[in-house]
Amino acid sequence: MNFNSALFIPEFLQLAMTLVLFLQALAKPQQEQAAGGASLAAQTAWVPLGAVAVAVSAAFSLGDSGMMFWDAYKIDGLSQFFKLAVAVGFAIAALNASNQPTLEASKRADYFMLLSLSALGLMILASSVELITIYLALEISSYSLYALIPLRGKDPRASEAGIKYILFGAAATAIALFGLSYILASQHSSYLAVLTSKPWSWAEAPLAIGGLSLFMVGFFFKLALFPFHFWCPDVYDGTSNETAAYAATLPKLGAVVILIRLAAMLKPGLEITTVLAVLGAASMTFGNLAALTQKDIKRILGYSSVAHAGYVMLGLVAASSKGLAAAGFYSLVYLLMNLCCFWVVCRLATDGRNLQLDDLNGLYKRAPFLAFVLAVAAFSLVGLPPTAGFMGKLFLLTAAWNRGYDWLVIVAAVNTAISIYYYLNLVRHAYTSEAEGEFVQPRADSALWGGVLAAAILILGAIPTPVFKWAEAAGRQLMP
Amino acid sequence: MSQSTWPILSFLIFFPVAGCLVLPFLKEEKTIRLFTLVVGLVEAALCLPLFNFDMTQQGYQFVERAEWVKDWGLSYYLGMDGISLLMVLLTALLLPLCVLCSWSYISKRVKEFHFSLLMMTSACIGVFLALDFVLFYIFWEAMLVPMFLLIAVWGGPDRRYASLKFFLYTLAGSTLLLVAMVAFYWAGGTFSIPELSAKTYSFKFQYWAFLAMALAFAIKVPMFPFHTWLPAAHVEAPTAGSVLLASVLLKMGAYGFLRFCLPLTPQASQYFAPMMIAISIASILYGGFVALGQRDMKKLIAYSSVAHMGFVTLGIFLFSLRGFEGALMVMLNHGITTGGLFMLVGAIYERSHSREISENLGLGKYLPAYMFFFGLFALSSLGFPGTNSFVGELLVLIGAFKSNPWIGAAIVPGVMLGAAYMLRLGQKLAWGEPTKAKEWKDLNTREWAYFVPLAILVFYLGLAPGLTLRAIDPTLNRVLDEFRSRSGVAVTATVPETPLSLALETNAAGQAHKLPR
Repeated sequence: MNFNSALFIPEFLQLAMTLVLFLQALAKPQQEQAAGGASLAAQTAWVPLGAVAVAVSAAFSLGDSGMMFWDAYKIDGLSQFFKLAVAVGFAIAALNASNQPTLEASKRADYFMLLSLSALGLMILASSVELITIYLALEISSYSLYALIPLRGKDPRASEAGIKYILFGAAATAIALFGLSYILASQHSSYLAVLTSKPWSWAEAPLAIGGLSLFMVGFFFKLALFPFHFWCPDVYDGTSNETAAYAATLPKLGAVVILIRLAAMLKPGLEITTVLAVLGAASMTFGNLAALTQKDIKRILGYSSVAHAGYVMLGLVAASSKGLAAAGFYSLVYLLMNLCCFWVVCRLATDGRNLQLDDLNGLYKRAPFLAFVLAVAAFSLVGLPPTAGFMGKLFLLTAAWNRGYDWLVIVAAVNTAISIYYYLNLVRHAYTSEAEGEFVQPRADSALWGGVLAAAILILGAIPTPVFKWAEAAGRQLMP
Repeated sequence: MSQSTWPILSFLIFFPVAGCLVLPFLKEEKTIRLFTLVVGLVEAALCLPLFNFDMTQQGYQFVERAEWVKDWGLSYYLGMDGISLLMVLLTALLLPLCVLCSWSYISKRVKEFHFSLLMMTSACIGVFLALDFVLFYIFWEAMLVPMFLLIAVWGGPDRRYASLKFFLYTLAGSTLLLVAMVAFYWAGGTFSIPELSAKTYSFKFQYWAFLAMALAFAIKVPMFPFHTWLPAAHVEAPTAGSVLLASVLLKMGAYGFLRFCLPLTPQASQYFAPMMIAISIASILYGGFVALGQRDMKKLIAYSSVAHMGFVTLGIFLFSLRGFEGALMVMLNHGITTGGLFMLVGAIYERSHSREISENLGLGKYLPAYMFFFGLFALSSLGFPGTNSFVGELLVLIGAFKSNPWIGAAIVPGVMLGAAYMLRLGQKLAWGEPTKAKEWKDLNTREWAYFVPLAILVFYLGLAPGLTLRAIDPTLNRVLDEFRSRSGVAVTATVPETPLSLALETNAAGQAHKLPR
């Protein structure tokens, strides 16, 4: 077994954080008698800081490359780019969840342990280049999430969401495993490096195509791509705002990284590429249309993520290094803008309830800065310049044009027009309606971090090159 | 193309943004207004170096070019030719006037209002200066958000509906522009507009690209079937919003036709010209007829804008120098005149709190100065000789009659309709039975301050349009020559047209020669 501990630092730090949280969770009962809930809450206050440390180590590892664990684990541009994205996302999500109103103080250590474990699974997923490793990493990240979803006070809707998620998830991963067996049977390898050189057309390898399609289902489920999206709005709706913020963003990164690796095997014109394009078109259209009538903000964001899963397909079907880079860049941007949106939602829902559109009324009077942050996030989700959402979409559209899927580009552009309505609705409620809700005075630090997220979106929109060049390098490694 | 050392165009675009960054630190409302006014005046002063504009050059001047996102071929590419010169000057001039006309009109959320106003100006100037397709698109879309806020926050009672309609319409139209942009990148290998304009594309490609771009521009202009957002937006928008909407935003559509459709898709433009001409005539007549029946002053002016912009698109799609000159003059003049009219409506609204014509009767006796300006801008709007609009409309008419007498004949009723609705409005305001006008005060110094510059321009452009024409003729000649050589159609005019600026000079010279004899 080849193992190079220097290449494993981000994962190692994440693992260490998980273990510390595990110990804290174990030590809890004795401490509860000694100290009150307040000190328990303070116990996990270090988690965002730890996450930042992981992010820093991931940033330092950006240029690394190497193979580990009998070549099942690859450190390359793509894996490190996504590890950094996961670490940054986890830091934001952990900060966002640090004062969760619907979570008892005694469960905090467990909550963060599961959250951290799930992020660890995603990091491992980013580096996995062997089908069984991929499958295991997927399960590590999913199982902890299954346990997280129902953790919302004593809310029965959360339990319902948890059951929905685990049933759908188990079915999807079972299908993926079934597909894996077919790939293994027909192509005689589970290593992506070997599989890349095999034929992937229906005429030459029908069994493998069937298997690959089924294997991808597991990731389509994570990505909430139509028609595997049914859990998405319901789970967001049922679980707590903070958990939804995590579930809506990071697992999608894991799914995208694997789909990028798989897409590197595909050429335009292959049947399976066309299937991806059709699913992408259906997903964006369905997601956007369904979101139009929603009143609950988390459901809106749920359907919006269905639509965004469709946009990412643009980069995957392009089958060029630029397409893969665009997909990677867009999923990072998606992470930022969605977390930014959820950040505002979580700050406004001080009692942890589900926010309706009407709860945003007059936000620009009650909390002008949060209203601004929300507007930046919403316009970025539409893809309006000068935000990062626009740049990401421009890269995706440009990459996919002239690769045989011009119709998909047009469908995506038309979908932007559909999606304006509901994103604009968020801004419209915040800016034009009269104030009804209570006057939230957001804490200075919450406004600060919201501002940092909004600034990141704007800066990435104005100067995308520094970040994009990492995505570009990753794409070129996969598909020179 | 001349390279400039001092990035004057960037300064013009980003100076208002810099002003925005200072705004949050100001507390007093009055300081904010004064500060924005100063920013506006400085912005107008920053235009002074533009008088270095070389009127003999056909190409882009003051060019700035820097790499931006290399992997995707994006560059930060600015430049100015005769067309953009006029539009930029108009935009920069309107900013201080807009601040002045909102001085007492806007009383809530003053800081945010001026923030939006400055952002808006930046984006508008950017649209006219960008020579990179993506950069253009960014400014084009960036301007939507401040305009949306201007209508949605400071608008009238129906502002939510109007702002949403405005946003949806314009954004929906421009999504296909984005696709066209991407398609051009693949077909031409670059996003740079001058380089793309030098390449030829297959007719089938041009056909679809033209339709995608024309939809975006036609909505912005707005041309007849796509105009419904305009009256709603105008009626609800605050005065400054209406002024910017009418004077600058509408021009972007026409600018788009001149800058993109004609140079990039010449054959398709030729192919679709009959349709565009028909729609333009429909806009002129429809706008005029509907304006005739309005009771709300702002709605009347909004529909008159539809008619005037019909002249612009008609002039463009005649593909003749007279038509182009006329279109550009109407663009500029409509910006001045209609801007002035909207400011007048705003001024009277502050007195009567109503935009209904019937609530604002009989101003002639009690507000003579107000009525003077109103009469002046109304006459200008209907194209009275001696005022600015006359020049533009006359040029378009000449172009139309030259190209096809039937087209000319079809728009003559439009000109008459203009006289009908404007004179009707003017008559009622001046000599109607006064209801409450007795108690109102005439214009104050601040109001004089923003009407006088516009009135001077009305006379200046009406009596001496020579300088303006000299500035635009080389550019228009270039656009026309390129278009003719690339549209693949034999030039029908046997005698090449003399640019009006030259024609005027030769005539004047001829007369000078005659005199001694």
